[in-house]
Formats: sequence, structure tokens, C-alpha cells
Amino acid sequence: MKSYNIYISGVGGQGIIKTSIVMGEAAMKMGKPVVMSEIHGMAQRGGVVSTELKIGPARSPIIPEGEADLLLAFEPLEALRAIKIIDNSGYVITNTSPIFPFNISSSKYPYPDINIILEELASRSDLFALDAWGIAKKAGHILSLNMVMLGAAAAVPTFPIDKKLLLESMKENLPPKSLSVNLKAFEEGYQCVIGGK
Amino acid sequence: MNIRDIPKAQKGDKLFLLGNEAAVRGALESGVSVASTYPGTPSSEIGDVFSAIAKNSGIYFEFSTNEKVALEVAAAAAASGLRSFTFMKHVGLNVAADSLMSVVYSGVNGGMVILSADDPSMFSSQNEQDNRHYARLANIPMLEPSNPQEIKDLMKYGFQLSEDWQIPVLMRTTTRVSHMRGIVSMDDLDKPKKEGFFHKDPTRFVPVPEVARVNHGKLIEKIEKLESEVNKSPLNKVFHDKGDLGIITSGSAFNYVMDVVEENDLPVKVLKLTFTYPFPEKTVLEFIKNVNKIMVVEEVDPVMEKDVLAVMGKNSIIKKVYGKLDGTLPLIYEYNPQIIRKGINKVLNIESHDKTPKKGRNLPKRPPTLCPGCPHRAVYYSVKKAIADLKLEDVIFPTDIGCYTLGIEAPYEAGDYLLSMGSSVGTSCGFSKATQQKVVSFIGDSTFFHAGIPPLINAVHNKNNFVLVILDNRTTAMTGGQPHPGLPVDGMGDEAPEISIEKMVEASGVMFKETINPLNIKKSETVIKKALKYPGVAVVISKYPCMLIKSRGKKKNFTVNVQEGCNECNICLEELSCPAIYRAEDGSINIDSQLCRKCSVCIQLCPENAIKVQKINK
Repeated sequence: MKSYNIYISGVGGQGIIKTSIVMGEAAMKMGKPVVMSEIHGMAQRGGVVSTELKIGPARSPIIPEGEADLLLAFEPLEALRAIKIIDNSGYVITNTSPIFPFNISSSKYPYPDINIILEELASRSDLFALDAWGIAKKAGHILSLNMVMLGAAAAVPTFPIDKKLLLESMKENLPPKSLSVNLKAFEEGYQCVIGGK
Repeated sequence: MNIRDIPKAQKGDKLFLLGNEAAVRGALESGVSVASTYPGTPSSEIGDVFSAIAKNSGIYFEFSTNEKVALEVAAAAAASGLRSFTFMKHVGLNVAADSLMSVVYSGVNGGMVILSADDPSMFSSQNEQDNRHYARLANIPMLEPSNPQEIKDLMKYGFQLSEDWQIPVLMRTTTRVSHMRGIVSMDDLDKPKKEGFFHKDPTRFVPVPEVARVNHGKLIEKIEKLESEVNKSPLNKVFHDKGDLGIITSGSAFNYVMDVVEENDLPVKVLKLTFTYPFPEKTVLEFIKNVNKIMVVEEVDPVMEKDVLAVMGKNSIIKKVYGKLDGTLPLIYEYNPQIIRKGINKVLNIESHDKTPKKGRNLPKRPPTLCPGCPHRAVYYSVKKAIADLKLEDVIFPTDIGCYTLGIEAPYEAGDYLLSMGSSVGTSCGFSKATQQKVVSFIGDSTFFHAGIPPLINAVHNKNNFVLVILDNRTTAMTGGQPHPGLPVDGMGDEAPEISIEKMVEASGVMFKETINPLNIKKSETVIKKALKYPGVAVVISKYPCMLIKSRGKKKNFTVNVQEGCNECNICLEELSCPAIYRAEDGSINIDSQLCRKCSVCIQLCPENAIKVQKINK
């Protein structure tokens, strides 16, 4: 039996670690083994942030290139940067609203056109693209973007964690006063991917 | 889960814990009484959890001024019969090393665990030193966990071992273990001893040469006896016992080895070493005898590999040993499953069929940067402006360790030389003596308390000539916002005397000392120019709280916009380079209202007065 490997990537401050913990605790509630890796510190000041989760039998949370079952990208450029991680039969979910690197105007390479990013992602995987920023804003707060992405992940056919347990884990990990916005954001993300099938 | 739940969980409960969180639970289950640290990634969260729970758990916890003090606090507690825990990042142990070398001589009464979190591949460090060398240098028993559950279990084992043998125990983790999350089963908590008592014994605790000579002999004896214990230890055990290639491994590397071996059921035996110093020679010898080929998989230096070769040499065994020394595995950086798979395949003559995808396109990088509204950015802008106005050339910028190290990036480029915590001030002394160049150095508030004061005294006493800018943002920002002695709160969350940086600077004999609000650009430039002209040591204290703290919970009823009159001179974009300021597709300059912290610095530096405040009408 193989583990289900999830690679989550984006930009510091998007709530990636929190999302990963919600997933991991939900997997634990299901009685599944789960390991996770996160990077703290210097990486958080507007830089790239990524976490890796393996649900199922595995000792190391580190996912070899080409062996992720799901790439959950909170930012389109970071989706493209992480694409090598995805298995050919894997799924990619990406947020389509970009966050430009602070030094993009002096960068040797320009920020790629969003359509080119999506084309490239689609050529390598089963792709769901959604404007998570817009959905989060509509749900009530842009900071609920991470729960839009979690909802979208929950709708992926291969995703191994029960939606019910994810919601339970959200309740335990998110501040009570923002819970209703977050639950709405989750549901919107979920419907977006289910509807897109 | 909330970190405050860590002491509340009952025996048998399972929590999804970070390695660092598991270390705290393990200490609580061991009845630890005293814990101390100086924050440093990848060990910082251990202190954050202690800070949140110490009071209610009956534990004394402190953020010490530096790692040496932290180790000394823990050593004295252990000498007084209490269990103590001190933890730090790998380079922190360098700071603490002076006392570490002596505490192994005198030993402990209560159990004492010292955790060193190493950082292979340098995610947030200035080097990737392998602190397993410290076990050998100091002669201290060492444990190496592979996952959060093991960290928790080894804390308990470590405290008992330390108490039984009256010697501190070193626990060596790496980033991938400290920052790994996994399911951890809880055991019962043990009640901490409230009070210790120090029984005097100068022949043990005061290492004058006469005493030290005797105690070194006793230490060697202790370690020799411990060897028999380590060779019997069930912590060192064989996994996947089939095949004629024997892999010896530890820590995070064990996880990679097992995932690769079990995936394809390879003909490999794996010896996991967890109690790794003194080196379990007999265990290793038995293992080696039963295999034809040996491979050693460890991060970072070939420490065990050399020990394995020594065991073979002593016992006249000739077998091939694969590892770092023969080039099978890389000599630097952390491992991952791909590297290990490639290495094992090479040794087993299996063709590697790694799914190597075609090379992707070149993408723009996303380097970390100072946050929008960060007071450090304003200081860098003012310093560069003042230097340009005075037409100073070849100015040297020694820098230090903290968020402000990000000042090395364009456009500030205000980071020319860095060695370690506090080195900005010490190296400024050297540069100002060795060259005729002007020196402007930067140090943060927490780093100043950690290691900046002795070199400042040195600078004044030795009649140096440089400008020191102390970036006082009222927190230890890079590691997540821990308090330091300059704040009115301590690690327990209690009120505490605030040590004034201004007064420390004055007491060091500095004659030029001015405090600025860095967000006031004009005033800052004037003061910095004055400092640059001053013949001697000039200290400018830039005092403004970190935006990550300052902006919490406060809403301002205005936005900052680029309005009519902007002639696209690009000063805000290119010289300030705030992440909130961007050029839109139509070429116009805009401010991202989501990112903007309304610090007003860009308003002050716009020569056309085109950046303005706009009230939000409710």
C-alpha cells in the first residue's frame, strides 16, 4: 500500500501551514497514519512556503519528485515552480490570482502569463483552476483563501479524507469568530471543483 | 489543536504534534522543573510552547539573553537536583560551548537534557555545522530521534539516563525532525520538583586545574562504562532484516532509507542508531559481521562512517563501506528520498528509473523580503540617502542576524559582512582599524542583548570610529516575536524590568547616542548625517515596533494612494522598494491597499507629493 502524497505550496502569509494541520488532524481522526513537513523562519517573509503531507504508510514526509498525488497551489507561479513534484496521474489545484514577487520589476525573468501557466499545468496533470482570492473575498474575508483551497482539495476524487472530518478539524483549529466565513469559503471552494467536473 | 492543549492531553490521547511540540510534552512527562533557551530556528517553537504553558504547569521557563546563559541556568538547576532542559539551534551551541565543555566534567544531580537543532541545507542559518561533533568534543552522551514520537520518548529516556549517570545528555535533531509533524501518543505527566538544593562540593563543581585534571579522568571512565550500556541499548536496532547490504543510519536519514527499502522490498538490512554516542561499537560490529557490504547514511558529516571504519580497522575486517567518503552520497546538504534511492540503487547495481521530468521554464524568483511597513526598510533608506548626500564612498556595512539581514538585497545593499550573532559590532572594530573606509553597522535589539554589548565596550575602549545603528523593533522578530530583556515582559508572561538599550549604550562609554523614530525620514537623515560626521563610536537607536506586532488589531480609517502629479520618477519603487508599491500593467505606479501598512514613509519621500492619504468614508 502506498501513501497519498499532498504537496502544498504558495507564499508566506497565505495560511498554508494552518491548512496542512487541519488536513493532518482530520486524517488522524480517520485513523490513518499521517506525517507532515513544514518550513518555518526565514522562508516566511514573503518568500515561498511549502508543506508536504503523506497520508498512509510512510516514515518520511518528504515527497520525491514526480510522486505527489495532489499539488495544492495557493498561487499560480508557485504551482508552476512546484510542478515537478506531481505524478503524471496526479491532480493539480491552483488559485489563479497572482502575488507578484516584490522585485518582479527588476527580475531577469518576467511573471509568466496566467494562460501559459494554466496550459503548462494542464499538460502535466488533471487541473482545477479557481480564483480562490475572489471566492474568499465574496465569502467574507480574503484570509479565508486557504479554506477555499481546502474545500477545493476535498472535492478531488482521489482525496482520502472525509469532508465531515475536515469540517470538524476546521472547527478545532480556526478562531470561532471567523468560523462561519471559513466554512462558507470551504463550501464555495468545494462546489467550484465538484461543479467543474 | 492549540498549543495550550499539550499539557492537558491524557495518557493514551493522540495529538498531531510538531517535533518541537513533542519535545515539550516529553519534558512535561519527565517532570522537568526548569527550561531555558534563546530562540533560533529550527528550535524556536519549543520556547513558544513553554512560554505559553510554563506557569500553569508549575515550571520555570526563561528566554535567556543568549544560549550560554540558557545552558548555565539549566546546569545550575540540574546541579541543585532539579530536572532541566535547555534547547537551541545548532550555532547556539557554539555560544554555549564554553560552559558545555565544563558541565560534562562536573556532571549533574537532576537530569539535564540539551537539545541542539541542526539545520542541514541551511533553511535559516549561516552554516550547516554537524553538532554530532560536539558529542565527541565534549564527551557527552547523544540521542538522535527520527520523528516527533521518538523526540517525546527520548526526552524521557534522556532525563533518566542523565540522572542515572550524572551527566547531561545531548539530543541532536535536524530541521526535518524538529519541523516534522506526526501522531504522538501521550503518557502520564510527571509532577515537577518545586525546589532544589545545592550541596556544595568544590572538588566537583569548581574546575580549577587540580580539580579538572581529576574530573577529566572521571569523565573518561564514565563514558567507557556507558559504552557497555549503549551496546545493550534497545534503541539501536535492526529493521528489515534481510539481504547482504547493511545500512547504518540515524535521524531523518533513517526515514528516507526505510521508505526506499520498504517500497521495493530491497535486499537490505537497516541498523537504526538512536543512542549514538558513545558509539555502539559492539552493536555495529555484530551487524557488520552478518553482511557483505556496508553503507552509512547520515546527515551532514561522515561522522558515523569514520567510526564504522575505525571499528572495522580495530577488528581487522575488510569489507566495502559506501557512504560520503567514497562519493556514493553527497558530502553536504540534507538528504531526501531521491538521493537515498539513487545511492542505494548504485550500491545494489539496480538501474535508477527516476521519473525525471523535462526541464521547466525559467521562473522569477520569490526571495523573502522585509514586510510592508517594516521600520528597517525606512532606516536603510535614510542611511543610504545620508551617505549619498555626504558623498561618502566605499562605506562598509557589517550586519547581523535577524530580519534586517534581508537588507543585503537591492536596493538597500546594506549588508557586507556577517559572521555570527553580535559580529556586526566586533567586525566594525576590526574594519575601522584596518581600513580608512567609513563603517556603518546594523544590529537588532535582541541580538544587541545577546552578543552586542561586549564588542561595543571594546569599540569605545579601543577608540574606534564607526556608526552603529541599533534596530530596536521591540521583539525578536525573525524567530516569531519572542520577548527579550528590553521589553517589560518575560518568558513566563510576567511583568519584568525593562533593560534600557539607551542606558546600556551610555554605560558602555559611548559619547554620541541618539534615538530616532525611523518612520520620520527627514529627522532620521539629519541624525544619521550627524553620526556619520562624528569622530568616534556613534550609536543611533532606531526605535519602532515590528509591523507584525504593531498592526495587530488596529484599523486605520485612511488609505495611502498615488494621486495626480506622479511623474513616474520611480524613487518609491526603486529606492524604497516596498512590496506594497507596484507598477500596474498600464505603467502607472500604485499602492496595494491590502499590503500597505500605512507607515507613511513613501508619502515623505515622494518629490512630487503625489502619494497622499485618503480618508475612508464610512
